[in-house]
Amino acid sequence: MSVTEPLPDTAPDKGGPAQPLLIVRNLQKYFPVRGGILGGKKAVVQAVDGVSFEVKKGETLGIVGESGCGKSTTARLLIGLIDKDKGEIIYDGQDLGGALSLRDLRRGVQMVFQDSYASLNPRLTIEESIAFGARIQGLSDPVGRARKLMERVGLAPDRFAQRYPHEVSGGQRQRINIARALAMSPRLVVLDEAVSALDKSVEAQVLNLLADLRREFGLTYIFISHDLNVVRYISDRILVMYLGEVVEIAPVDDIWASQAHPYTRSLFSAMPSMDPDNRTMEPPLAGDPPNPINPPSGCRFHTRCRFAESVCKAKVPTLRPLAVGSEHMAACHLHDLGSGHSKAGKDVLS
Amino acid sequence: MSAVETLEEPVAESGKGYWSGVGARLMRDPLTLLCMSVILLLILSAVFAPWLGLADPYKGSMIARLKPIGTPGHILGTDEQGRDMLARLIYGGRLTLFIGLTPVVLAFFIGGTLGIVAGYAGGWVNTLIMRTVDVFFAFPSVLLAIAISGALGAGIVNSLVSLTIVFIPPLTRVAEAVTSGVRALDYIDAARASGANALTVIRVHVIGNVLSPIFVYATSLTSVCMILAAGLSFLGIGVRPPEPEWGLMLNTLRSAIYVNPWLSALPGLMIFITSLCLNLLSDGVRSAMNVRD
Repeated sequence: MSVTEPLPDTAPDKGGPAQPLLIVRNLQKYFPVRGGILGGKKAVVQAVDGVSFEVKKGETLGIVGESGCGKSTTARLLIGLIDKDKGEIIYDGQDLGGALSLRDLRRGVQMVFQDSYASLNPRLTIEESIAFGARIQGLSDPVGRARKLMERVGLAPDRFAQRYPHEVSGGQRQRINIARALAMSPRLVVLDEAVSALDKSVEAQVLNLLADLRREFGLTYIFISHDLNVVRYISDRILVMYLGEVVEIAPVDDIWASQAHPYTRSLFSAMPSMDPDNRTMEPPLAGDPPNPINPPSGCRFHTRCRFAESVCKAKVPTLRPLAVGSEHMAACHLHDLGSGHSKAGKDVLS
Repeated sequence: MSAVETLEEPVAESGKGYWSGVGARLMRDPLTLLCMSVILLLILSAVFAPWLGLADPYKGSMIARLKPIGTPGHILGTDEQGRDMLARLIYGGRLTLFIGLTPVVLAFFIGGTLGIVAGYAGGWVNTLIMRTVDVFFAFPSVLLAIAISGALGAGIVNSLVSLTIVFIPPLTRVAEAVTSGVRALDYIDAARASGANALTVIRVHVIGNVLSPIFVYATSLTSVCMILAAGLSFLGIGVRPPEPEWGLMLNTLRSAIYVNPWLSALPGLMIFITSLCLNLLSDGVRSAMNVRD
């Protein structure tokens, strides 16, 4: 195995190894819905509402959830593609908007998008696309850097450098996008459904490439996906989102062993079992998630939850550790003895 | 260079630049090449008209009026004042092409810039630009051209100005539409996320991807522009007789349509050929500029 060595010109570490690379506190983004004759503000979509989490240096945080739960909005907020309404984004101990400028954040955090084709400019050659960011950031020898990264992600520069995105396959394009993100020597890479559009065999190759790159360059990932198996494979911890909120966050093995939140539970039970003797018996989640314009009161999941009681409608559960000092956290009244839920503290899920 | 070194040369399949690729694709398209040659021929003959040994396009003859096509000495016949049609058609190309192309070229730059800015910026900038442009859409283009020309007074410069104003709104619209489409694509987000400012993103990532639809639309407007210019001339607020200009000639020969229909169709034929060639050329250029083919 190769020795961990940061990408050339990576910004130096400031906070030391114990400082989380990224701290997100109470991140909130509401999108106005305009309508009516004068185009006035009719309603707001609560896309991301009070999301908090930390990403440690060198770890991979997987974010899962249904479509429309705010995963991608969170990702875009993290790299400053859309402005947050409220909340803090602290990168390596520096607050965005305070000690940290948007430009510095973008130097340290890069993103790989789901649609490998739409995320490459069809008019630029692959080499130009990869070199663009490095050139913008004023890094030395953007073209040489681009060619080295192409080599690293498994695309021979002599064959591919002068090609256009439409001339290569989907898997190759996603490798280009990874190289493009790495060309700016980021420390954190946000992978927004980066492998979801690839077919299974290519997906596995790209996942292995991502794992290798992380080890080799000491990168930190935020890996967004709806595929639990993929997230399990690559992540150290998993964060589950529902309607713009974090409902559960836990180390991957813990959450695989037991899911604390009823929503997480249903997500996992919706996954087909690989063992015919151990079929999934639990009914999967019915219906669509409620409209984020008017999210349900209290716990947002209570409309679809088997264990919902009046307290779930009335009171918003807070994200709390399952046990003192535990890394496994869930936002559910079932795990809060003082919540007033009749089954609180009882092991009803299993 | 030795043979070994040649073998070691990189095998890049498409190692040429973007524009040489466009050129190569154009070379494989005979129809576009033909149209390009016709347009070039028209432009060259218009520019070099005085050196082509043609008859005087202004000199009429009372006895040789409306001679049919094929008359000795007047290969394309003569018009209602006995002036040589061939000379007038070729000289007419000068003004017609100038009036047909200039406003569109100007509107292409002005409208294109406005539309790209509006489409990229979005928000209130977009609202300001697009609602202003919308005001012009309230008037039919012919009426608008006549109104502006009438207000500014007769003359070629004023009709150029009025036609430019007429063509800015549609080009802004098209530019805005394609730019907002491109703006929503991930590669723009990726470029912004790499720390590039708006101007750089527009220059490197937007312009190349919106230029061809705007360009194609602009080329298709040139034929409309020539016809509008002819209309202005007919109303006496554009080109004035005896200047040869296809639109004006079409109008003055209109009365001869019962006497010599083929003759009076000639200026129209010129407009038709020119606009057809421009349209086919713009189509050809668009597919040549499309690297995805």
